[in-house]
Amino acid sequence: MTRLNAKVPEGRLEDKWRNYQAKSSLINPANKKKLKIIVVGSGLAGAGAAATLAELGYEIQCFCYQDSARRAHSVAAQGGVNAAKNYQHDGDSVWRMFYDTLKGGDFRSREANVYRLAELSAPLIDHFTQQGVPFAREYGGVLVNRSFGGVQVQRTFYARGQTGQQLLLAAYAQLYKMIRAKKVEMLTRHEMLDLVVINGQAKGIIARDLTSGELKRFAADAVVLATGGYSRVFRLSTLAIGCNGSAIWKAHKQGAYFASPSFTQIHPTALPQSSEAQSKLTLMSESLRNDGRIWVPQNKEDTRKANDIPEEERDYYLERRYPSFGNLAPRDIASRAAKERIDAGHGVGRLKNAVYLDFKHAIRQFGLDTIRDRYGNLFTMYKKITGIDAYQEPMQISPAAHFSMGGLWVDYELMTTIPGLYAIGECNFSDHGANRLGANSLLQASVDGYFILPNTINNYLAGALKEEQETTEHPEFARVEQEVQENIDRLLAVNGTKTVDHFHRELGKIMWQECAMSRNEAGLQCAIEQITQIRTNFWSDVKVTGHDKEMNTELEKALRLADFIELGLLMCTDALNREESCGAHFREEFQTPDGEAIRVDDVYSYVSAWEYGAENFKHHEEALKFEFIEPTVRSYK
Amino acid sequence: MTVTFRIWRQEGTNDPGKLTDYEVEGLTDDMSFLEALDHLNETLVIKNEKVIAYEYDCREGICGQCGVFINGRAHGPHANMTTCQLHMRSFNDGDTIVVEPWRADSFPVVKDLVVDRSALDRIIEQGGYISAKTGTAPEANAVPIGKEIADKAMDAAACIGCGACVATCKNSSAALFTAAKINHLNSLPQGKPEQHQRVLAMTEQMQEEGFGHCTFTGACEVECPEGISITNIAEMNNRVIRASIFG
Ligand SMILES: Cc1cc2nc3c(=O)[nH]c(=O)nc-3n(C[C@H](O)[C@H](O)[C@H](O)COP(=O)(O)OP(=O)(O)OC[C@H]3O[C@@H](n4cnc5c(N)ncnc54)[C@H](O)[C@@H]3O)c2cc1C
Ligand code: FES
Repeated sequence: MTRLNAKVPEGRLEDKWRNYQAKSSLINPANKKKLKIIVVGSGLAGAGAAATLAELGYEIQCFCYQDSARRAHSVAAQGGVNAAKNYQHDGDSVWRMFYDTLKGGDFRSREANVYRLAELSAPLIDHFTQQGVPFAREYGGVLVNRSFGGVQVQRTFYARGQTGQQLLLAAYAQLYKMIRAKKVEMLTRHEMLDLVVINGQAKGIIARDLTSGELKRFAADAVVLATGGYSRVFRLSTLAIGCNGSAIWKAHKQGAYFASPSFTQIHPTALPQSSEAQSKLTLMSESLRNDGRIWVPQNKEDTRKANDIPEEERDYYLERRYPSFGNLAPRDIASRAAKERIDAGHGVGRLKNAVYLDFKHAIRQFGLDTIRDRYGNLFTMYKKITGIDAYQEPMQISPAAHFSMGGLWVDYELMTTIPGLYAIGECNFSDHGANRLGANSLLQASVDGYFILPNTINNYLAGALKEEQETTEHPEFARVEQEVQENIDRLLAVNGTKTVDHFHRELGKIMWQECAMSRNEAGLQCAIEQITQIRTNFWSDVKVTGHDKEMNTELEKALRLADFIELGLLMCTDALNREESCGAHFREEFQTPDGEAIRVDDVYSYVSAWEYGAENFKHHEEALKFEFIEPTVRSYK
Repeated sequence: MTVTFRIWRQEGTNDPGKLTDYEVEGLTDDMSFLEALDHLNETLVIKNEKVIAYEYDCREGICGQCGVFINGRAHGPHANMTTCQLHMRSFNDGDTIVVEPWRADSFPVVKDLVVDRSALDRIIEQGGYISAKTGTAPEANAVPIGKEIADKAMDAAACIGCGACVATCKNSSAALFTAAKINHLNSLPQGKPEQHQRVLAMTEQMQEEGFGHCTFTGACEVECPEGISITNIAEMNNRVIRASIFG
């Protein structure tokens, strides 16, 4: 318990961040030069942090597994980034954004962190604009906003449908500016495979050069993980194929606590899986739900084409169950309702795993031109992928794993339970609670990297100055490197009969069935047994060809999957522990007779933080105190 | 469906490479091209052979990582599309599909279909940014930017850095890539103070990396997944002249 000190500063919510900054330690610029920081990840969080820390004067080494920092998965975000600027005078404010975020997360996040997120959102837009992000503008030159993700005010800034790309390119450009200044060394095609902890402090990493396969040691005074989300544990997800949990999982095994691992956001409007061979699911913008109507056939065995099914034989289930929000019900509610219909045998499409999203009524009401104007690019993308013209027949959509709310536990300084190890962006647990509001994630990754970490890391490094700096000659580096090598050797030696993807598909199916949109005790227990079995089978029957001292993409996948399997076990364990329903976590035992979530604040108003143990995971709690607001029940009826 | 993939295999940068045929069965037309290659790789593993190395990450047409040459065209048979957006329904049962890496002196082959495109990053390093420090930004609306300028900047900024423009150009020129970045930044008020330095440094680096000269053939515009217009190159050339006079 004592280790879970969230270090929330004193004072009113509005003053906490200022109070913190006023009291934290500073480091003389001449001394900063002597301090080295490793940043693993070059997404919005990592690139922003690496560039800013380098500007401050630290020596930075930044890592990514792609061929260029510009390809981190932040590049894929489309919708936008939130900021409480109140440009529209529609009543927005830092307080309202704080409240929306806290409520959206079903009161399972830390007040002080969420407030700071909202507080730093406005200057972030200024910052990105200054960097040259071409945000959407009015003719007169001022910035445009739209509303997003079920929020009633317009606080979302966007750059066409490519907001993530534009923010990332700005951060990447700042990073390369500092590379040119020789303050950042960028190591692309390098994957962190383990963390080196010396005397209880993070002192470096072991990384594999993905081109030569060589293992390399890197020492530093602090290590920052910015490695993104791990929802690829489900195999099929909206994430990039390379997204993985290895870095945070290895850090967890070295002692960093893992918080709320089972909180995964399932997005309701992805394209359905169409075959076993499928590698990922594509996200369709949520905005489609503004005009599209969602339905399934009332008759289970209906084999007719969608357009041949008459109105009276269609079930507009969202409109039926949630008359006031209808098709705009929040992500978790809409996803779960779809799954319920699909499981009940009403799914449509080749694999019976989809629901219809129909624009027929909207086209009749507003005309084809208006709909084309609003969503034309999405209809084109849909056609490219499915070959179907959605102006003529309804789209088929399906829920998909999307965002990991869980991640390494961090305190207010974004430091994990290992001193000197920080986690920023999607790979930490903070700010989103049990559900993430649309357009809040780019925001969190960016403020963590640009504004928060560069202010908090000094506090720790000021102490590091007095200590002797560790080098890669320290025996601990050799020991960890050897462990990594043994793990690789063991994997290559299995020489079994099944491919890595085979095991990933198995893991994904179980995780999707038992630990995604709805969970129950029996299912989770069964999942834990099955995943344990997969782990055994994987280590006795997987086949990876080639060797390790070369570029070997199959080996890369295998190493990531080995970690996903263990992470899957923790996710199920976490879901089992939380006997309530909240946000993305829906325990079937805890619902009202008409299927709504029952949250149990008296018992579960905590962040679960897990300590790694080879045999079982040890549970810790960080109690959540709501000093400034009163948790209420989310209702969308 | 069944197709024959004729794929470039090369162990490493300094090894010789050659095309090898693989017959692949059991494909469906709604599989993406990369999923078909995944499927091929799984069969190779089972046969105890090394997998083919190719690159991808997002599989959504936005990260710019997946570029390969397919039947002699960058990213395959369609204009303005990435490899990951290509589906097998674009091919016929029994087709032979030739798959090669990007070919340009500035993009050395790393392995099989993987090339090293870091030259593009080094062009950015020479000025593809605005020298803003964290914490020095004015209020975002303090500098109005007319919609037309913002839209034009966005058109150029949409470049995903895949390298198709280079790969498809008979001169292996990186002019479209470089021009897109220069025009994005130089057209915005925030980018103006450094405009001359930027354009000179970036175009110079482009030459240093060994990219060829642009002769306005226009192939780049056709293959660019983002449809970035070749007029960007003309605009860049204009900026180079102005920069050498006023810079
Ligand atoms: C399809 C899609 C759409 C989205 N749309 C929105 C949106 O509209 N608005 C919004 O706010 N959010 C959106 N999100 C969420 C948001 O994009 C992400 O949460 C956010 O970009 C994460 O940023 P990050 O910096 O934490 O991680 P990432 O951008 O994923 O970066 C991770 C980095 O870590 C590196 N890395 C990982 N592991 C290792 C390792 N072991 N060794 C070395 N390097 C490693 C990678 O190479 C990469 O550089 C979307 C997400 C998806 C999937
Ligand atoms: S895999 Fe990202 S663009 Fe194709």
